[in-house]
Amino acid sequence: MTATAAEAPPPERTRPARRRGVEFSLLVCAVLISVYGYTHVGLARSGAVPPDALAYGAGLGLLALLAHLAVRLRAPYADPLLLPIAVLLNGMGLVLIYRLDLETPADRAAPAQLVWSTLGVALFIAAVVLLRDHRVLQRYAYLSVVSALVLMIVPILFPAVNGARIWIRAGGLSFQPGEFAKILLAVFFAAYLAANRHALAHTGRRIGPVHLPAGRVLGPVVAVWLISVAVLVLERDLGTSLLFFGLFVVMLYVATGRTGWIVVGLLLAGSGAFAAGTLEPHVRGRVESWIDPYASIAAGDGPSQLAQSMFSFASGGVLGTGLGAGHSILIGFAAKSDFILATAGEELGLAGLTALFLLYGLLVALGYRAGLDLRDPFGRLLAVGLAAILAVQVFVVAGGVTGLIPLTGMAMPFLAQGGSSVVTNWIIVALLIRLSGSARAPHPEPVETGVIACAPDPAEPEGRPAQAGRQERAGPAGQKRGPGPAGQRSRTGPAGPAAAGEAR
Amino acid sequence: MTRYIRRAAALSLFLLAALFVNAVRVQVLQAESLDGSPANRRPAIARYGEPRGDILVGGRPVTGSKDTGEQLRYERIYRDGPLYAPVTGYSSQTYGTALLEHAADGVLSGTDPALAPLPFWNDFTRSRQPGGRVLTTIRRSAQEAAYRGLNGRRGAVAAIEPATGRILALVSSPSYDPGLLSGNSPAVTEAWRRLNRAESRPMLNRAIRQTYPPGSTFKIVTAAAALESRVVTDPDAPSDTADPFVIPGTRTTLPNPVPGCRRASLVYAITWSCNTVMADLGVKVGLEGMLATAGRFGFNDDSLRIPSGVAVSNFDRRMSADQLALSSIGQFDTTATPLQMAMVAAAVANGGELARPYLVDRTTTRDGDTVRRTPRRSYRRAMFPATANELRRMMVEAAERGTGTRALIDGVTVGGKTGTAQHGVGNAGTPYAWFIAWAQERGAPRPAVAVAVVVEDPAAAGGDISGGGDAAPIARAVMVEALRPAAP
Repeated sequence: MTATAAEAPPPERTRPARRRGVEFSLLVCAVLISVYGYTHVGLARSGAVPPDALAYGAGLGLLALLAHLAVRLRAPYADPLLLPIAVLLNGMGLVLIYRLDLETPADRAAPAQLVWSTLGVALFIAAVVLLRDHRVLQRYAYLSVVSALVLMIVPILFPAVNGARIWIRAGGLSFQPGEFAKILLAVFFAAYLAANRHALAHTGRRIGPVHLPAGRVLGPVVAVWLISVAVLVLERDLGTSLLFFGLFVVMLYVATGRTGWIVVGLLLAGSGAFAAGTLEPHVRGRVESWIDPYASIAAGDGPSQLAQSMFSFASGGVLGTGLGAGHSILIGFAAKSDFILATAGEELGLAGLTALFLLYGLLVALGYRAGLDLRDPFGRLLAVGLAAILAVQVFVVAGGVTGLIPLTGMAMPFLAQGGSSVVTNWIIVALLIRLSGSARAPHPEPVETGVIACAPDPAEPEGRPAQAGRQERAGPAGQKRGPGPAGQRSRTGPAGPAAAGEAR
Repeated sequence: MTRYIRRAAALSLFLLAALFVNAVRVQVLQAESLDGSPANRRPAIARYGEPRGDILVGGRPVTGSKDTGEQLRYERIYRDGPLYAPVTGYSSQTYGTALLEHAADGVLSGTDPALAPLPFWNDFTRSRQPGGRVLTTIRRSAQEAAYRGLNGRRGAVAAIEPATGRILALVSSPSYDPGLLSGNSPAVTEAWRRLNRAESRPMLNRAIRQTYPPGSTFKIVTAAAALESRVVTDPDAPSDTADPFVIPGTRTTLPNPVPGCRRASLVYAITWSCNTVMADLGVKVGLEGMLATAGRFGFNDDSLRIPSGVAVSNFDRRMSADQLALSSIGQFDTTATPLQMAMVAAAVANGGELARPYLVDRTTTRDGDTVRRTPRRSYRRAMFPATANELRRMMVEAAERGTGTRALIDGVTVGGKTGTAQHGVGNAGTPYAWFIAWAQERGAPRPAVAVAVVVEDPAAAGGDISGGGDAAPIARAVMVEALRPAAP
C-alpha cells in the first residue's frame, strides 16, 4: 500500500487542497488511541484507570494542537498525514515506556520522556514557524558539517556508557549528539550533492555495465567512509556508523544516478563491517550473538538479551498479550530504549507491530513523496535524505531486535526512551512538513515558468548540462509549472529569508 | 533524479517489508519453539502468577500459597509439611513437583482443560483457570497416629480401606518439610542439597517408593498359594515338614523362631510363623503357582499408580528350589513396598477381592464443583473367597494367640501377621520389623482398615527386634483411628 503511494505519479493538482481538517481529525484519533493505550495499561495492571490519564491526554492533545496550529499557519499545504503519524508514534512510545515503568518503580522514564517530547514539539513548532523556506539551510552546509563533526567527536572525550562512547553527560543529563549530527549531515550532503552532482555523475570510466567514478571526486566519499569507520572504532557505535554511510550512499545514488557508487559503497561498507566484526570485540560480540542468539543458553549462562527479545516477540504471537500483560521487562537493560519494539511485539502482537511498520513506512513514503514533488535539487535531496534516515534507522533497530541483522545500539524513532532521539525526530518531521508544504503549495503564476526557470538558481551550478534539464522536465509536474522555489519566492516575497540567496 | 528517488524509495520500503517478513518468522513460525525454550521464564511466571490450588485432607487444606511479590509470585506453603510430605510431595519453583503435586499438577496449577467452563476456553482466552483443589482419601487422625507411632524412626506405614481401596494413611519417616523447597532462593538450593545428602534420606517416600524384604508377612501370600493350588486342603491338618528342615538342594537347615513347628499345621505355622512349614509349602506349590499368586496380589506389577507411581514389589521369575524356599518366607530377592503388604492384608480382609488403591477422592474447581471423582475399581481377584476366609481365621489366630497380640483392640476383630526380615550380607544388617493387619468392628459387615507397618531400626539395633514388638503397636494405633467414624 505504501509502495503504491510512493510510486504512483503525483495527482493532478489544479487546485491543491490544504486538507488541514483531515490533519486535525487524524490528530484527534492519534491522541485518543494513545489515551486509550494509557488507560488500557492501567486497567490491565491494577484494574483502575490511571489517575493522570486525563492529564496525559490533555497534555498530548495540547502539544498536538499547538503543532497543528503551527502547521496551519506556516505550512498549510503540507501533507496531512505527517503530523498525526508523529503524534501517534510518540504517544504510543510514551504508553509503552509508562507500561515498562510499572515494572521498574525505582526508575521512571515516562515523565522525562514527556518533557523531552514537549521540547521536541516546541522545536518542531519553532522550526515550522521560523524556517519559511528550506533552501535557507543550503547556505549553512559547511557550518552543518563542521558542527556535525564536532558533535560526533566530543563524546569520545567522555567515558563510555555500556561499551559505546556516544553520550555526553553533564549535570545528570545525558545527551546523544550523534542523533543531531545525522540531520546536519543530511543537510550537508544535500547541499554538497546538489552543487556537485553533475561533476560526480559525468566523470569517470565505464567498465562493462558499471560506471566507475573518477578518482578526484572520490575524495569526499572516502572522507565520509573514514568518518563512519572512525565513529565505529572510536565510539563503538555500529548503528550510527551504518546509518551515516547508508544515508550518504543513498543520497549519492539519487543525486548522480550512478550504480557505480552503490557498488563502491557496498564494497567499502562491507570491508569496514567485516574488519570491525572481526577485530573489534564489542562489535564481534554483537555479531556472534546474532549468528546464534541461543548459544549462551546452551552454554548454561542463561538467555542473552537478544534471546530474551526473541522470546518477547514469540510470546506476542499474532494478536499479542494485550498492553500490560507481557513480560518484556525480562530483557532487562535497555528494555525501554533499544528494545522498546519487543514490548510492542509482545503486547500488541504481529498485528500491532505491522501497524507500527506501516506508520513508519508511510512516514518514509511521504518523505520520498516530498522529494518527488519538489523542484529544487537541494530540497529533493534533503527530503530523500531525511526519509532514508528514518528508513535505515527503523530497519537497523527493528532488524537488530528481531534477529534479522546484528544488534546495534540505536533508538526506534519516536518510540524509544531517549531525549536526543525524540527531539531529533521531531525536527526531522518539522523539516519534512516544511518540504512537503513547499512541494504541495500552489504556484499562482504559471505564466512565469519560462522567466523564472532561466533565472540563476542557487541550487544549480551555472551552465547546467542539457541532461539535467531533461530530467527536470521528466518530472511529472514539471511541464506546466515553474520550479517549486518559484512559487515560494513569489509567496514569501523579498522580505523572506530566501531573498538573500536570490539577490546574488 | 525522479527515477532514482523512486528506486531509493523502493529500496527503503523493501527494507521495511523485510522487517515484516522477519517479524512473521519470529512471531508465528518460530513462536512455539521459542515459547517452549527452557530459558524462557514466561511459562514459570504464568504458572506462579496465581495461587496454586490446595490439597485437602479431611476437608481441610494441608497446603497454601504465599504471595512473595517477586517475579515468580506465589510460593507453596505446607501446614504440617513433614506429616503429609509422603502424600503431597513438594512443589518447588526450582526443582519442579513430586508425588501428588506432580500427579495432579494440571488441576492444582489451573491448566487442566476440565477446569475451564468451555472446551478450548483456556487456549482461546490465553488464560488459565484458578487452581483447583485435590481432596485426598487420607484420614487425618490415622495419618497422625502413624506418624506419632514411628516417632522419627526409619519406617513407613500404609493403610487402606479394604472394600474401596481408599488409602487412609501414607506415612514415611523420617520426613522433611517440603515447604523448604518451595521458592527459588539459595536457601532452597541448600536445603535440597542437604536433604539429598542426608544419610536418613528424608525425601524418600518409603511407603510407596522403597521396597523391603517382607519377611514372614509374605507367608500370607505363600499360604494363599498353598490353599489355592490345593497343596493344603485342610489348614488344621498336620503337615509332613520335618524340623530341622534342610533347604532343598543345599545342606543348610532353616531355623524356626519357636518350637513346635515340626509337622505343624498351616494354621499353627501362620500363628507362630514357622519358617520350615512355609518354605516347604512354597517349594511344593512350585515357582509357577507362587508367581501366579504373588502376581494377583500385585507383585511384579510396574504399572500401579495411586496416582503417583508405586515401586515394583518383586518376586523373582526364575529361581532354583532353594531360592524358591527362601523367597516363600519373604527372603532372598523377594521385596515389597509397605503399600504392597497393606494390599495383601486388604485382599484377605475383603474376601479375596483386591480394590485398586487410590489417594485422590476427587478434584474440584476452586469453587468446589467436582471435576473428577476417582471411582472404586477392582484391581484383581487375589484368591477365592474360601481361601480368604481361611486366611482371615489364621490371621486372627496369629493376632489373638500368636505373635501379634500387641495389635489387639478391645471389641474389635483383628487379624495380623508379623515379620522380621533379614537383610545385609550374612544377615549382618539390622532386621526390618514388619506388621500387616486388618481390623473389623463386631457387627460390621467387613473390615474397615488394612494396614502395613515397617520399621527399619527397631528399638535401636540389637534389642528385641520383632514385628510384634515394634510394628504391631503402630498398626494398632492407626487401626483404632481408622475405625472411628470419619470426621466430617
